[in-house]
Amino acid sequence: MVHSVLLAASTRPTWPDVLVFAAAAAVILVGAIGVVTSRNPVHAALSLVMTLFGVAVLFIEQAADFLAAVQIIVYAGAIVVLFLFVIMFLGVDRAEAINVEPLGGQRPLAVIFSVITLGGVLAMAATAHWVTGARQVVGPIQGHVAGAGSPAGEPAQLGKQLFTTYLFAFEATAALLVIAVVGAVVLARRPPTVHADREDSTESELPA
Amino acid sequence: MIATLLAGTTTTAAKAASNAGPTLLTHSANSGNGDPLFYFGLNWQVWLILIIKCLVAFVALLVATALMIWFERKVISDMQSRVGPNRAGPWGLLQTLADGTKLVFKEDLLPDRADSFVFKLAPYLSVVPAVLIFTVVPVGGVITIGSHTFELQVADPPMGILLVLAMSGIAVYGVMLAGWSSGSKYPLLGSVRASAQVISYEAALGMTTVMVVLVTGSLSTRAIVASQSDGFWNWNLIRLGILPFIFFMIAITAELTRPPFDLTEAEQELVGGFHTEYSSIRFGLFFLAEFMNTITMSAVVVTLFFGGPNGYIFHIPGATIYMPIIYFLLKTVAFCFIYVWFRAALPRLRYDQLMDLGWKRLIPLTLGWLLLVAAIVAWGWAGLVLVPVVVLASVLLVRANQLGAGRSEEDVVIPAIGRKVTRPPRPPRPTRPTLTPVEPGRGGGA
Repeated sequence: MVHSVLLAASTRPTWPDVLVFAAAAAVILVGAIGVVTSRNPVHAALSLVMTLFGVAVLFIEQAADFLAAVQIIVYAGAIVVLFLFVIMFLGVDRAEAINVEPLGGQRPLAVIFSVITLGGVLAMAATAHWVTGARQVVGPIQGHVAGAGSPAGEPAQLGKQLFTTYLFAFEATAALLVIAVVGAVVLARRPPTVHADREDSTESELPA
Repeated sequence: MIATLLAGTTTTAAKAASNAGPTLLTHSANSGNGDPLFYFGLNWQVWLILIIKCLVAFVALLVATALMIWFERKVISDMQSRVGPNRAGPWGLLQTLADGTKLVFKEDLLPDRADSFVFKLAPYLSVVPAVLIFTVVPVGGVITIGSHTFELQVADPPMGILLVLAMSGIAVYGVMLAGWSSGSKYPLLGSVRASAQVISYEAALGMTTVMVVLVTGSLSTRAIVASQSDGFWNWNLIRLGILPFIFFMIAITAELTRPPFDLTEAEQELVGGFHTEYSSIRFGLFFLAEFMNTITMSAVVVTLFFGGPNGYIFHIPGATIYMPIIYFLLKTVAFCFIYVWFRAALPRLRYDQLMDLGWKRLIPLTLGWLLLVAAIVAWGWAGLVLVPVVVLASVLLVRANQLGAGRSEEDVVIPAIGRKVTRPPRPPRPTRPTLTPVEPGRGGGA
């Protein structure tokens, strides 16, 4: 029953919907602008958390409670915490001079690449059929039992969808994460150190 | 059965949309129960119930926190053969109130090198999650007043128990930012310890929670409690085997940074940890958050493993309303006592012991147990075929820990990428005198 009403409600937004959307959108925008304008990395990270919260609110507004919770647990609760952890450990928590460009011509390149990416995403959303599963989900996840009191929140249904409809995306993400972990391990390797003559062992450092 | 449900749902939903939708939208009898986010709309009665729920929960939590602080001090005093607070009020009951009043009127200091905005923000980031976690804890049964039926819990969102994980993930920001924004060394060390510790134990915490979700089949805290009704043998404590509860207790104690995992505010090493620079009510807020978290996490343990408000209902008029609340309170107080007991009985861990326990023991063990639980849920008793796999993995893990235990970091030689290992024969390590610092130039002999 709940979901029938949800379906009905999702087609015509009511004033609480609009209100929540406007508030969440404002939070997201303020946070996003804060991320790129803050001089202090810690403030930027906090703005990022704010943006993530806004996105989580939007997820709840779309009855995607599980996604909202995962958004907070994974992104706000773990990833940004790790960012902050690194910032604190490396002591880079000072305002940086952003006029120095480590890569030549990175600004024009950034503009070009972001335009290409945005265009690609828009074109794909407008025309193509995505190969990674269903292109969009209207209403609660298909197959959800009505009247169970939790829109799109039943873990069994969620798991089923994840391992059938969205299997390709799921496995691709898993592979991506494994690659990232392997990369991190490779980068964090210590160079071979020779105990006998430690002063001379600098030549065997990892090439940058 | 699931297949029929799958097939049937869309048509049922479509039919129900035309039939039941409009009536439900106006009639809000169902609003407290099964409609946590008010998709059916609101009227003033729902508002009233909601506001009363929030107020009662908030005030009760604050009072409980004040009592918890008194309780902890009294119990610790008893265990250490002291008297404890006994001046303010009967048995010193009003001591917390007196302390709080004193804190409010103390001078509010802002360190010179502090980042003022973050410094002021941090205490609230500690308190708010502590309050929010309590909203999903079922404290009693279902009550009907007039045409309204509602659950004795502030909210029963579909994400349920995930909110607890999310909020305990957010709570670390308070500690972390407090330490960083103070612009001082000891608080920073305390907060770096805290963040590493909380992230490490969050994985074990999450996986233990997943076991509960697996046997329940729902994330909602109300459903988790409901599935443990009819006798204590249905409690998740028994159903999952005792071990997940023990894992959860360890992980949650570390998550709370309570003793014996209170390295974040180790007084002997860090002056006072992350809140060294805080004074006045901002310090009070951290204090409040810590004890509030102790209570809410006791309540969460009760919800997940001890059936929440479930218990035998005597045949007395009205017993269905207040007996569950009494059971819930008794169980929660028992866990509050256990936390205090931990503090009195256990010495603080060293940092490397903390990390060893988290990464090398707790996370693999919870993973193995999760595998078993999942297999049994999926295949019934045939799932026990995974027992040998888990046992083998445990043996390998223990052996790996043994092999790695004696090694220092300089023993570990991993070749750089694309380079052949040319390892010179290592001379036998001379036995160093333990406490003399070794110059980096002549590290390992020769």
